[in-house]
Amino acid sequence: MDPMEALVAQIQGLSSTPGDIARLHIILKQADDSLRAESTRLSPVLGQLAPSEHSLGFLYVLDAFTSGQISKQQAETSVPIITGFINACNAEQIRLAPEKFVLVCKRLKDQVMMLEAPIRGVGPLLTAARKLQLSTEHLTPLHSDFLMLCVLAKCYKTGLSILEDDIFEVDQPRDLFLYCYYGGMICIGLKRFQKALDLLHNVVTAPMSTLNAIAVEAYKKYILVSLIHHGQLSTSLPKYASSVAQRSLKNFCQPYIELANSYGTEKIAELEAYVQTNTEKFENDNNLGLVKQVVLSMYKRNIQRLTQTYLTLSLQDIANTVQLNSPKEAEMHVLQMIQDGEIYATINQRDGMVRFLEDPEQYKTCEMIENIDSSIQRIMALSRKLSAMDEQISCDQLYLSKVGRERQRYDFDDFDVPTKFNI
Amino acid sequence: MDADDESSNPMIDEIYANGGSAEGGGGEKRSRRLIISGDQFDIEAYASLYSGRTKIARLLFIADHCGGDNSAMQLEALRMAFDEIKKGENTQLFREVVNKIGGRLGPDYTMDVAWCEAVDRRAEQKKEKLDNELNAYRTNLIKESIRMGYNDFGDFYYAHGQLGEAFKSYVRTRDYCTTSKHIIHMCMSAILVSIEMGQFTHVASYVSKAEQTHEALDQITAAKLRCAAGLANLVSKKYKLAARKFLETAPELGSHYNEVIAPQDVATYGGLCALATFDRTELKASTLTMIMLLNDDCEISFVFLILILYLQAKVIDNINFRNFLELVPEVRELINDFYSSHYASCLEYLANLKANLLLDIHLHDHVETLYDQIRHKALIQYTLPFVSVDLQMMASAFKTTITGLEKELVALITDNQIQARVDSHNKILYARHADQRNATFQRVLETGRVFDRDVRSMLLRTNLIKYDYNARSLSRKL
Repeated sequence: MDPMEALVAQIQGLSSTPGDIARLHIILKQADDSLRAESTRLSPVLGQLAPSEHSLGFLYVLDAFTSGQISKQQAETSVPIITGFINACNAEQIRLAPEKFVLVCKRLKDQVMMLEAPIRGVGPLLTAARKLQLSTEHLTPLHSDFLMLCVLAKCYKTGLSILEDDIFEVDQPRDLFLYCYYGGMICIGLKRFQKALDLLHNVVTAPMSTLNAIAVEAYKKYILVSLIHHGQLSTSLPKYASSVAQRSLKNFCQPYIELANSYGTEKIAELEAYVQTNTEKFENDNNLGLVKQVVLSMYKRNIQRLTQTYLTLSLQDIANTVQLNSPKEAEMHVLQMIQDGEIYATINQRDGMVRFLEDPEQYKTCEMIENIDSSIQRIMALSRKLSAMDEQISCDQLYLSKVGRERQRYDFDDFDVPTKFNI
Repeated sequence: MDADDESSNPMIDEIYANGGSAEGGGGEKRSRRLIISGDQFDIEAYASLYSGRTKIARLLFIADHCGGDNSAMQLEALRMAFDEIKKGENTQLFREVVNKIGGRLGPDYTMDVAWCEAVDRRAEQKKEKLDNELNAYRTNLIKESIRMGYNDFGDFYYAHGQLGEAFKSYVRTRDYCTTSKHIIHMCMSAILVSIEMGQFTHVASYVSKAEQTHEALDQITAAKLRCAAGLANLVSKKYKLAARKFLETAPELGSHYNEVIAPQDVATYGGLCALATFDRTELKASTLTMIMLLNDDCEISFVFLILILYLQAKVIDNINFRNFLELVPEVRELINDFYSSHYASCLEYLANLKANLLLDIHLHDHVETLYDQIRHKALIQYTLPFVSVDLQMMASAFKTTITGLEKELVALITDNQIQARVDSHNKILYARHADQRNATFQRVLETGRVFDRDVRSMLLRTNLIKYDYNARSLSRKL
């Protein structure tokens, strides 16, 4: 194809300097439609281009190549191509055409889902997300897709690595919701309930003008994790949550709110009965596992309360107080809790006694000092960021125009607000 | 007669084994001292303390609550009530009492229809007369006479048991009161009727009204007002305030307020409420100091002499309350025991008094609560000075089982009233003091984490809002 060959030649020729690349970009944009028309005949073209040097061109060709319906066998061939491209591509070049890149990656995601091997997409998408990010604080649409694949493939640890970054800049609110929701699920899977709670809290309290399904699902999980981690649920959302959320979220999560109420009565039999009657509802939301953990956490909380009042206690007494069936069960529970680090105790099997110990943490070690020091540094950095943002907004044009309109006009001490700020 | 007659026994054993002393035999004067209980409740003596409507009300209450197996007491109470009512003019109550007696007391104590009718007729006539008089006064617009007229009406209704009307009439005199004496008179009448009606909110408000008058109140009226205020607080479960009010009552009250309360009641209510709610210093200051002074023992009185010099202001009050406490030696003894940590005998006195207190019209609702509070305070006070306590000894000191005691202690620990932990294996209670340093570290780390999380979410939300705003203003510009 002559136009194709010409295009390939241009790509190969103009991919070296930034000035050339800018020109190439314009040419590619003009050639986009023609590329799409030739989508079926583009595989040899791909072979001629090197992903690492000709990333931009490769991207456009790849985009045209993968547009349109793809069957399973075609997916088999195209997945490695895309994967190879992502791994090899040049970050600056692809940042010139982020939407195309995102589109390609989304197609990759669809294809691996179609092939029912989500794990094949985990690695590439991680690399892709990192390359697309302008900084570690930037959230791309790829993050949520990546996390979704992690959840499906059960690669929680990989997902966690990206969750460790703090996010401050967001392109699309929807990305954030999905990111936080999937991130919450990953943290629940890794039993890091505090982080999960933070992420889900972000979804639930994010500014939104209308209620969306992601927020509803997130709130359901938020209730359950809150019960597991804190043993209680605060009944009202904080003031900064959107009014839509405050009004209507509860209506969609009725069974969960009742579960929380039942938990509050501290009667295990009632809680279990309630779970029994509503098993179906919880199962439909895929939350049954979490609900079972909630019931388990009630036993744990009761045992923890015992550590406050007793120094030693027989297993039989523990079983009676916590309403377990036998001392053996009590022993299992206590053992599990000791292993998880939730209580400090020793079990004396001969006497059937448990001896509760104090938290051995004395806050005197070097690690603790380092921990505190790094927290201090982190918080100082955060404060600086906060002040920087405050200054930035004070200088923002839109803000000033709004404030300028509402200011007193008879304040002789101040300068008049220039008219260009009065819309 | 007190603590250190048994100077042969070492002081330490004394504290641990105060419950077991009963079996100890030996020269323990304490065990031989008769616990004067009120279990043979003398209705006549009790009723003679009161006069007027409250006497009838109390007798009826006793009759209702003294329990089915005590019909002798019930009949006695009903008989005395009958006699008392016949002296008055309340036919409604008369009918009630006759129904309750049900003919069990013989022909003298049955329905006297003739008497009822006579009384009712007299009442009608009196009412008409009063009405006419009042109307005459109203047309003449003489304030004083109108006030007297309403007062008479109030008295009339009160005598006939129409308490609501009586209250209204008394309150109407307010507009025609000219001197503080009038106001005080109105308040006292209103208080009396409110107490009978059981509306203690009114009692409280009228007490404060009476205390706000410009003239200084005379001792007796002031004492009456204090009693009424104490009663109001007691009924609304504000035990500490009730105790304070009762303790402030001057002994000049004597039997002047018998239509409401007897001085024995002041002592009992005040003593029990104080025991249940005051801490040790307050208890000592308000009730015990002067009692201790009566000791023959030099040591104790020397110590307290020093304290008295500090508590000069409270001494005057002490004398007052001491006078009251003399009237109810059981309550005095039990406060004494509590303060000197002889819990077993203290609780024994309480148990003995309980039956009679349940027959008291104002206190019966609160007996359980007050007793629980006193018991809890005893438990807490026992464990306070020790680092470790053997539950065995403590159980015998309180004359209870180890398991029962353990349950009570666990409840108190969970409530954060005792800082200790139970070694259930060896049955020992260990005092436990929270480690401030660790707690501070934990709090600091937690605060840091919370700040971190909150600021990050805030920055995120700001970005979202900014994005949203930009998007909207962009769409507006388009």
